[in-house]
Amino acid sequence: MMAKGERLSAREQDAKERMDNFDEVSLGYDEKQARAEAERCLQCKKPACVGGCPVGIDIPAFIKLLKEGNPAAAIKKIKEKNSLPAVCGRVCPQENQCEKECILAKKSDPIAIGLLERFAADSERSQDVAAGSKVESKGKKVAVVGSGPASLVSAGDLAKLGYSVTIFEALHKAGGVLVYGIPEFRLPKKIVEAEIDYVKGLGVEIRTNFVIGNTLTVDDLFEQGYEAVFIGTGAGLPHFLGIEGENLNGVYSANEFLTRVNLMKSHLFPEHDTPIKRGHKVVVVGGGNVAMDSARTAKRLGASEVYLVYRRTEEEMPARAEEAHHAKEEGIIFKTLTLPRKLIGESGWLKAIECIETTLGEPDASGRRRPVIKEGSNFTLEADVVIAAVGTGANPLLLKATPKLKLNPKGYIEADEKGTTSMKGVFAGGDIITGSATVILAMGAGKQAAASIDEYLSARA
Amino acid sequence: MFEILTKRTIGPAVYHYDISAPNIARKAKPGQFLILRINETGERIPLTICDYDGSKGTVSIMFQAIGKTTKELAYMEAGDSLSDMVGPLGRPSEIERLGTVVCVAGGVGAAVILPIAKALKAKGNEIITILGARTAELLVLEDELKAISDDFIITTDDGSRGISGVCTDPLRQLIESGKRVDRVIAIGPAIMMKFVCKTTEPFGVETVVSLNSIMVDGTGMCGSCRVTIGGQTKFCCVDGPDFDGHEVDFDELMIRQRIYLDEEKASLERFERQCEGGCGSKGERK
Repeated sequence: MMAKGERLSAREQDAKERMDNFDEVSLGYDEKQARAEAERCLQCKKPACVGGCPVGIDIPAFIKLLKEGNPAAAIKKIKEKNSLPAVCGRVCPQENQCEKECILAKKSDPIAIGLLERFAADSERSQDVAAGSKVESKGKKVAVVGSGPASLVSAGDLAKLGYSVTIFEALHKAGGVLVYGIPEFRLPKKIVEAEIDYVKGLGVEIRTNFVIGNTLTVDDLFEQGYEAVFIGTGAGLPHFLGIEGENLNGVYSANEFLTRVNLMKSHLFPEHDTPIKRGHKVVVVGGGNVAMDSARTAKRLGASEVYLVYRRTEEEMPARAEEAHHAKEEGIIFKTLTLPRKLIGESGWLKAIECIETTLGEPDASGRRRPVIKEGSNFTLEADVVIAAVGTGANPLLLKATPKLKLNPKGYIEADEKGTTSMKGVFAGGDIITGSATVILAMGAGKQAAASIDEYLSARA
Repeated sequence: MFEILTKRTIGPAVYHYDISAPNIARKAKPGQFLILRINETGERIPLTICDYDGSKGTVSIMFQAIGKTTKELAYMEAGDSLSDMVGPLGRPSEIERLGTVVCVAGGVGAAVILPIAKALKAKGNEIITILGARTAELLVLEDELKAISDDFIITTDDGSRGISGVCTDPLRQLIESGKRVDRVIAIGPAIMMKFVCKTTEPFGVETVVSLNSIMVDGTGMCGSCRVTIGGQTKFCCVDGPDFDGHEVDFDELMIRQRIYLDEEKASLERFERQCEGGCGSKGERK
């Protein structure tokens, strides 16, 4: 067995092998590893890790159960607070949340809380445990708009409280960013499906192919007897680069590129009908997890060279260190301190991207040092596909159709910390309030909104 | 599931389906579109809603079977169901009392223009329709359009029906004749819309076009359908599909429409190979 202080690393699919498939990269812990890692937990009386968890999972309690060899009880403990543990165990930035607060982190490596959560969730799924039991109905209907992480959590919590919940999803498949955005190799879709089945098992009805704002408006929902509405539509408006040539053929938003592959399975074209341009030389612009996902997807589609162009240094990159590390292992070439200037085409088709080097100046409003252009340092990268992964804004479709909803100057819904909006009975949470953030923050917001909706509807009774 | 209730063939490889979709039918307005998917491996394709009946809960689509998906759709029969259909999407066309509106429809563009023309007629506008096609047998919805038009003109490229030539010829003559035209609505292939706009521009006649760009989600999430309008990038799915034709960068639109030409060709050839010996039978279809 490992020394007490050393954290067990998870098994991983070999970097060379995984370039030919979309299978999951991290294979997680096996039972022996999970117990050994759980052994390391000090079971602090005042656990700091819990404070670092946006949904407040009783972390020491579930780790103790794993240590005792009882994953079934561990997952039950987790699910008291978190309806999507298999997802969170995989995509949460634990290093900046629970694990950052772990007391062991001061001297050595923190407990691998994320991997343990994942293990507990996966072992439950492998045993095909029945979904949560339904509770007595309160006889009140709540509508949830969107089916991403904020919505799923909100809907799950409301169902557990006895509300009759309907989720309305615009796409043909539920899951939001978990299905169209995050690639299979980081979050297998069968896992998302299992988590959605769990929420359905709580009694939540999901209506796909349904655009709130078009198929029905928010006002229509109230007219149809819904007494409260939760809006969890996310930040789904792609930002482009704002430079010459961005409408050339071969220029994608990360949203489109990832949706074509993750949701529409275009990597399986022509067995699946949706096509995608498989670039030979691909340039991804951005430094977040979405940029890493896009670059690694492009590589799996067969690109010989994939560059990641980012205007600051690796230190400022918003992507998780693990994702950047995996990307490099897979041969993604990082071009940091680089800014795109112009997309160059020929007869409407992308041929190259002109970039310029930057240095870091004074900190800007985000607290990160501002990139400053190095005049005369322009250079050109050949590219037949460029993917803009430079963030997203609030999708205006629902907002335009709901003029009573007050927005902030950035176009997101204005809401207080409880998720209350300017419209009576309408609550919101997740990226549609904050702008693009993480799955777990969205889940925390969904949880908060569910509590607020319960409070609001209980007062009305 | 979205059941096909009636299927009609209305031209060579042109079909008209009434489909059960109560939620879409209740909200649909002229100029809006829907996105459908045939089955689990299918792509999402946008099609204009050419008619709708809220009380019956039906929407109608019309399409020409040219690519893999439209051909596969054409193999379906009444009683079959599509796996997905979402809508109504896009902004409805502006329907107001203007005076005289000239509707120029090219090919299956007639299906898109019909509900708009009907609604404009109901608002009290004088409707002049120019229906154009390459050849006589490709003229669709002739009777329906004629019935609501105060004046009705047909053009064919090969002269097999109506005026020989392109639809911009009678349009130019009409404007040059001094007839007051308050708006032109042109819907058809991008090249046709481009030339209609070129025709009306020198006369300063307001011209609205409905753009058919490549889409995925249809709700403003992917940005695939971006078009340049007056120098600015707009999304066809949420900002359109109707735009001021004089502002549209048609050359860019036409290039973007060709992004997947190679893939579409390969997909179609594969489909047709698979179909040899009986795509029509239900068991053979995916």
